[in-house]
Amino acid sequence: MAERTRRPGTLRGAETLRWLWTQLTSMRTALVLLFALALAAIPGSLLPQRPTSPVRVREFITDNPQLGPIYDAVGLFDVYASPWFAAIYLLLFVSLVGCIIPRVGVYARGLRAQPPTTPRNLARLPAHLDAPASDDPSTVLDAAERELRRRRFRVRRLDDSVSAERGYLRELGNLVFHCSLVFLLSGVAVGSLFGYKGTVAVVEGQSFSNTLTQFDDFSSGGLFSPQQLVPFTVKLDSFEAKFETGPVQRGAARVFRAHTTTTIDGASTDGLLEVNHPLSLGDSVVHLVGHGYAVDVTVKDANGDVAFTGPVILLPQDGNFLSVGVVKAPFARPERLAFEALFLPTAVDTDSGGASAFPDALNPALLLNAWHGPPKEATGEPENVYSLNTVGLTQFTTDDGDKLRFTLVPGQSYTLPDGSTIEFHDWKRWVSLQVSSTPGLWLVFASVLVAVTGLCLSLFIRPRRLWVRAGAGGVEVAGLDRTEGRGGLQDEVRSLAEALELAVTDEPVDEGVAQSPPGGAGSPQEDEED
Amino acid sequence: MAEYWSNLAMVTSVVVYLLALGAFAAEWAAARKLEPEVVPAGVLVASGGEEVIGDAPAPEVAAPTSKAPDDTATRIRVDMFGRMGLALTLIGWASHLAGVVMRGVAGNRFPWGNMYEFVTAAMLFIVTIFLVLAFRGVRWLGLPVTLLAVIGQGLAVTVFYVAVAPLVPALHSVWFVIHIVAAAVAGAAFNVGGLLSILYLLKSRAVRREKVRGYLAKLPSPTRIDELAYRFHAFAFPLWTFAIAAGSVWAEYAWGRFWGWDPKETWSLVTWVVYAGYLHARATAGWRGRRAAVVAIVGLACFWFNFVGINLLVSGLHSYAGI
Ligand code: HEM
Repeated sequence: MAERTRRPGTLRGAETLRWLWTQLTSMRTALVLLFALALAAIPGSLLPQRPTSPVRVREFITDNPQLGPIYDAVGLFDVYASPWFAAIYLLLFVSLVGCIIPRVGVYARGLRAQPPTTPRNLARLPAHLDAPASDDPSTVLDAAERELRRRRFRVRRLDDSVSAERGYLRELGNLVFHCSLVFLLSGVAVGSLFGYKGTVAVVEGQSFSNTLTQFDDFSSGGLFSPQQLVPFTVKLDSFEAKFETGPVQRGAARVFRAHTTTTIDGASTDGLLEVNHPLSLGDSVVHLVGHGYAVDVTVKDANGDVAFTGPVILLPQDGNFLSVGVVKAPFARPERLAFEALFLPTAVDTDSGGASAFPDALNPALLLNAWHGPPKEATGEPENVYSLNTVGLTQFTTDDGDKLRFTLVPGQSYTLPDGSTIEFHDWKRWVSLQVSSTPGLWLVFASVLVAVTGLCLSLFIRPRRLWVRAGAGGVEVAGLDRTEGRGGLQDEVRSLAEALELAVTDEPVDEGVAQSPPGGAGSPQEDEED
Repeated sequence: MAEYWSNLAMVTSVVVYLLALGAFAAEWAAARKLEPEVVPAGVLVASGGEEVIGDAPAPEVAAPTSKAPDDTATRIRVDMFGRMGLALTLIGWASHLAGVVMRGVAGNRFPWGNMYEFVTAAMLFIVTIFLVLAFRGVRWLGLPVTLLAVIGQGLAVTVFYVAVAPLVPALHSVWFVIHIVAAAVAGAAFNVGGLLSILYLLKSRAVRREKVRGYLAKLPSPTRIDELAYRFHAFAFPLWTFAIAAGSVWAEYAWGRFWGWDPKETWSLVTWVVYAGYLHARATAGWRGRRAAVVAIVGLACFWFNFVGINLLVSGLHSYAGI
């Protein structure tokens, strides 16, 4: 802060850059950027986000016509991809790199460094013991050297003293931790640049092959190429779903199991796909991410020809799997036909709109209404398979002029006023499969593992220095901890003195006194603050 | 049956913790009658050996400086309330432990599948840590810990309670055990660390104003409280890091992405970043002490918001069945 106001006009070019760099890589900046990152992450958890819930974003904008567009403009509906969020974490990582590179250098140079020379006045150290001279000083120092080496200190013998230090791994741990954060970010970046993710709905008995055209939904990173897709097929033989039937959490999911046959490189294997047990195929992984009901129907037109047959996927609308969808028979003649379908796995109240009382198919019923209209030219434009565009269609009505609605149970069929029929053979289940590949994944998890290890070293190893000085006047043992939060310095100094069989004369001084000015004015920590 | 006993034991633990809280409060109230401590230089010396991390120096040290002769009687009373509080906490803890174990027996699984179970388990870890500390001289943490236990357990049995039920398939994973145990233990340590940071702020303010009396006089020096707080945070932080990592491994298995900015994930990261800030703050001149303690308390607030606020306010993949 002080530097900024000091003659800013005279700072130029390289100097300004160096100044900026020093600021950016300072500990204080790291702190500010960390807090900025925490703050910036919050809105994305409280507002709906486009990548995960586009529908709720649209609702939010409709409900808040004033605020919505403003939020949208500044990226609050896609916080984690917004430029300002990226700016914060990129700055943080630049600062991190700028911070660790010099420290790696310092650490490397210090790796074989000797412990520092013994301070002149050992009595001023936080832990200190005096003993009268007993043996020859060099014997004492030899013994001290042996003892300290046994305690895994790095030892340096000086003329009249031994200086020892341990805990070098702490700084190493710290550097390893910070470095692995950089690798972690690289792993994430690789994954999002080269990775892909697609979802597809597959009905029991059907199969899926891993090509772009088969996905219902597909997204990939900027450097992905479709050649990366490993050719394989997954056939869904059957899907088991069980739900809680007891009184507590009735209807909650209990078992989801997809029995599959997968074919890759010409070899077929049976696979069991469950929620926490994805299938691994090449470098891709297949996850079970959803399920629902499909209805197997056949539509015959007024001429008696089959105009449509097969399973139709319906989308679940609530926890009890009330499901909706559309059965389309565009090739029915003389007129094309279409049906809006409402499937109730455990049907109740079918006369008044209908509802499902349980997610399993205990009392399945299919509620339909029917539409007809003149044949339409095939335009080649994709049509939404889950909703009906009623333009150009007329709804069938009953003789009284009411709109025609009818209910089918498996095995039943219904004849429409124009003589065409629809038969509901049975229901089936479909599953939603997510196929994905995240190339940097191993780097991400390895980095995290290394980071945690480094962190433990950095937090639990506490460097310590010990000195023994022996002369004609007596022997002194003293110690200093280089980090806070460490206990046991007194003990170690005392036990070192005992190991050297010294007749200690003065009691050790408590660390608290060495750190705090007397009179209860608190610690130096408070003094630094204000 | 096991469920019935579990519920009974949990409710009992709330009642007993409440009594313990009363005893610790009485300890504090009784200590108020003591002469204001004229903190002598000797207070810090008298605390003696390192192994006693947070001994209460007041009784030994202040005795020579106390003037009124009936002070001794008060001191004995103060101590008696303290012992009562500790004994009651121990009873409450036993009942609490039984409650958690019976809950596991009733569900025939690890008892942390929903918010009720997570809160009761985390509270159990917190009280366990306190009891271990208390037998090493840190009984002065009794008041805030029992207060937290009463609030936490009280909310658990009244608001968050759900009957025992098996897990949804998403929770059928070893990572369920690893991730949640790590999170609960780290959370417990963050809580203890946060309480210590609060006490640190209170005590250092009192020291600065030279008004150290009552309960605060029984606490060790601010430096020592701060050091103990640091140790808990330093223990919890790597564990929390691991808990998040384990969660992301699990997410990769369950949902096919290791990170998806789900609200729960986001707030774990926010909490993590705030605590990283705490550790940095302590290495930054001008931020150690008071400001670092404030950061720790903000971190704890984030932790609780993640576990209570997010579950209740925002819907995400982590929404549990029930609550
Ligand atoms: C992604 C961002 C970062 C995270 C999550 C992070 C996390 C941490 C953690 C948890 C510690 C504690 C370990 C310990 O006390 O030894 C630490 C220490 C440290 N960090 Fe960072 N850090 C980040 C960025 C930075 C940056 C940008 C700098 C440099 C400006 C920096 C410099 C340091 C230093 C010097 C220490 C050692 C403090 C000490 O010796 O006590 N860190 N960091």
